[in-house]
Amino acid sequence: MILGVVTPPIDWFALAAPLALLATGGVCLLAAVLVPKGDRRVVAAFVCAAGFVGAIAAAAALYAQSSAGHGVIADAIQRDRLGAFASVIVAGSGLLAVGVSYRERMADDHVAEYYALLAWAGAGMAFLTTASTLLTLFLGLEWFSISLYILCAIDRELVGSLEAGLKYLIVGGFGSAMLLFGSALVYGATGRLEFHEIAQVVQQQHLSHDALLVAGLALVIGGLGFKASAAPFHMWTPDVYEGAPTPVTAFMSAATKTVALVLTLRVLVTAFPQEARLWTYTLAAIACASLAVGNLAALVQTNVKRMLAYSSISHAGFMLIAIAANSALGARALLFYLIPYSAMSIGSFAVVAARERELNRPVTLDNLAGFGWERPLLGISMVVFMLGFAGLPLTGGFVGKFYVFAAAYDRGWTWLVIVGVAATAVSLYYYLGVIRAMYMRSSEELQLAPVAGGSPARELSLQTAVAGCLAVTVGAFFAVQPLIDAARHAARSLSF
Amino acid sequence: MDTGWLTTALILLPVAGALAVWLLPLRPFAVGSTALLFALAEVALWIDAIARFDFGKPGLQLDQRQSWFSDLHVSYHVGFYGFSIWLVGLTVVVLAAATGYAFWAGRERPRAYYGLMLLLTGAIVGVFVAQDLLLFYVFWEAMLVPLYFLVGVWGGAGRLRATLLFVIYTMAGSLLMLASIIALGLTHGTFDLTVMGTDDSTWIFLGFMAAFAVKAPLFPLHAWLPSAYRESSPEVAAVLSGVVSKAAAYGFLRIAIAKFPGPVADFRTPILVLAACGLIYGSLLAFRAPDLRGVIAYSSLAQMGLITLGLFAVNDLGLNGAVLQMVNHGLISATLFLLAGGIERRAATGELGALGGMAGGRPILATVLMTTGVIALAVPGSTAFAGEFAILAGVFRTGWGYAVVGAVAMVLAAMYMLRLISAVLHQAPGRAVSEAALDLRPAELGVVVPLVAILLVLSAWPAAITERSFGSAPQIPHKGSVVPSSAAAQLQFALKELEQKRKQQGQ
Repeated sequence: MILGVVTPPIDWFALAAPLALLATGGVCLLAAVLVPKGDRRVVAAFVCAAGFVGAIAAAAALYAQSSAGHGVIADAIQRDRLGAFASVIVAGSGLLAVGVSYRERMADDHVAEYYALLAWAGAGMAFLTTASTLLTLFLGLEWFSISLYILCAIDRELVGSLEAGLKYLIVGGFGSAMLLFGSALVYGATGRLEFHEIAQVVQQQHLSHDALLVAGLALVIGGLGFKASAAPFHMWTPDVYEGAPTPVTAFMSAATKTVALVLTLRVLVTAFPQEARLWTYTLAAIACASLAVGNLAALVQTNVKRMLAYSSISHAGFMLIAIAANSALGARALLFYLIPYSAMSIGSFAVVAARERELNRPVTLDNLAGFGWERPLLGISMVVFMLGFAGLPLTGGFVGKFYVFAAAYDRGWTWLVIVGVAATAVSLYYYLGVIRAMYMRSSEELQLAPVAGGSPARELSLQTAVAGCLAVTVGAFFAVQPLIDAARHAARSLSF
Repeated sequence: MDTGWLTTALILLPVAGALAVWLLPLRPFAVGSTALLFALAEVALWIDAIARFDFGKPGLQLDQRQSWFSDLHVSYHVGFYGFSIWLVGLTVVVLAAATGYAFWAGRERPRAYYGLMLLLTGAIVGVFVAQDLLLFYVFWEAMLVPLYFLVGVWGGAGRLRATLLFVIYTMAGSLLMLASIIALGLTHGTFDLTVMGTDDSTWIFLGFMAAFAVKAPLFPLHAWLPSAYRESSPEVAAVLSGVVSKAAAYGFLRIAIAKFPGPVADFRTPILVLAACGLIYGSLLAFRAPDLRGVIAYSSLAQMGLITLGLFAVNDLGLNGAVLQMVNHGLISATLFLLAGGIERRAATGELGALGGMAGGRPILATVLMTTGVIALAVPGSTAFAGEFAILAGVFRTGWGYAVVGAVAMVLAAMYMLRLISAVLHQAPGRAVSEAALDLRPAELGVVVPLVAILLVLSAWPAAITERSFGSAPQIPHKGSVVPSSAAAQLQFALKELEQKRKQQGQ
């Protein structure tokens, strides 16, 4: 034996969620070949949904049995509640996205591939949430990103879809390169890949002001900022969100943001605790920039998907405030915020998708007129999502914002609370603008006749998904205690 | 005996009503009557609550407490003080009248409309009974959402601009309040108003004041008021001016004054001056307003100034007068807006220039409008006179100048109310008034007469409220021990204490 390769023991259970989704993707691909064309859509969607349900169950079981976090597989990944918590959100988002996708107008010849890619994107994300070295971080990031690049461009007949995919590929590739370069610099400075070992070496060798390390840290933050679409790394977001098929946008806006932010939290807290002074202020600055850019640009949008894209940038800002607080309360705030945020985000894009299918053209504020009266369930849900985004009570968005502000205040950053409050005030204008468009103008003002005439198609899967999002959004307001307890246990995986 | 469920039921009953109206497959007529039924049941529930309320006992009553999320010590905590039970009474009565009026007048999309009305009832009741700051904020904002729809969907031609102004103003204020709530709650380690002590932070105080001053509105933050009151339907305007503005006055009383003795002492003069300005300015605008709604809207601005004067006098007379006047003005302006709605239906306009001579052949309308108008202008013997007199006497002790301003405003009130009455009822018949326009219909009477009747009862017995508001006041801990006495006495005590402390520090 020339090479003494010792394979580490593998804790398969820690990988259950990504493995389940990987297998799901494989089955979907088989379905693309084996199942007759007519049944492919049903079978693939069903398999994919079952896979996501399995992943939720696996992640929940992992959460229950990982009260003490520890590294597994030669410390390449971390088995802890933080990862499991984020995996549940990701898999839940995936499940809802399947519901939104089901009726999407898509060529039958690659519908099964669509679901396969969706499952694999979810697998990559579930894997990434557990990453505990710079290598697995990069691996997971690329894994789900490549799936998403293809998903964005999958509908070749959709105007702008290909453009969106290409744009995402180029800008996302740039972001990944930044992350990789940053990781290389950090490795160069410390000689370590594992997060907690980086922290140890920095402490032992007093490297915290080492130029190489700080530059690496900056690049890592930048790379993750691209994925979280925080300003100034947000340029791709509006175009990609607008151009991609709406169900893909829904999934991306919720799940990508979740993993990117959870990873940001994990990397910064475990690998760079000594540099906290640097990165807390940096994140606060990025948060302010995101709030400013997201909210101000959203004010002037007429395309609803673009508007929601800018709103997602501003929400990245809110959640970065929680990370910048660098405290257990901040981590709790972030993890709680992600739950209603994901639900509201998927739900609102789902409503947009329903309208899009009705009109067969991009949804603008103008052609939303009267929508609320025509489709009561979708209308009321959209109202709740918009109010939730704006942080008004009876939605989890309110509690999330409250926790974020409380974390910032607790950190002693009253100014950041004021910035957040000002941003919320601005955001009301465009969130209420959607409600105004839906309810306060009559459908007579609407110039478009329904494409096919008659009542719109019943979309049971989409409506179920929207109802699920509605239940989570409102439920997160009433059931704060159990959710915040779960978030607290998840946050305990990190050392504050 | 645990009676806390009653308070929760007062919040939940209208919410359940809203859900019933939304979800049950009712015919349009049944929707309105169901909603009215729920509104009346709510009044009955309130009567039950007041019957169980012991006005002699200090402290919170009919309270219920349940932890909401424990790590930041936020709880669902509701209960009644003497003054809050009157304000809840005002709320349920005015909302029932408004629902009844809407039922009679008929509204498009009735399910959505009545559901929102009921939801609004629950939210306002919640504001008056919440004893946890965050819960208070939740209800405060929950109040805004139905109002936004009620004005924005069922309002007049200029409704979109009106709602935008309304929402931007109120949310700018409320978000500052949210920042203040977070700061206050985290500093004290609890969000419970009954547990939390007093605070001296000027900024936190100003955050709260911003929210309340916008909602009241207090001069010069009233820019949203005329358009909101003009563009909404009459019953919504009645709720806005009659009840929602009182939520702000309640906020002054329960939070600003009770929790911030230091800042109140510091800012008392500017607040009183602004309130006095609003009082005079509102009265003058009401006198010059060209339409019915304008007169009532600006008189609301004036009356809120007067109530603020009474509150920030911070003595027994002023506080009791202010609470009485809150109830008075709530009933008066609701009645006036509903009557204005009736007149606008008949004449198709609210322009005072086009109205006139409506008393001829319409004795009931003339009697009801005249009675309300005369009470509104605070004729001696009326309940409004009692309230205003107590306020002026209270504020006189703070500075005689304010009392003079208030007295002048009473004269101005007589001027604008008499102008309104004469422009509508007397003079030559206006061009918009046709012979065929009917007198008040029985249904309209059924809505308006109870309100006027309550005003008349209060005129006979204003002490019903003034002597039963602060028996159970929010307690202010003093040197570790809780001193249960009247709110005003405690506050004055705290203020004196503070001044002495400052003097000592100065020396």
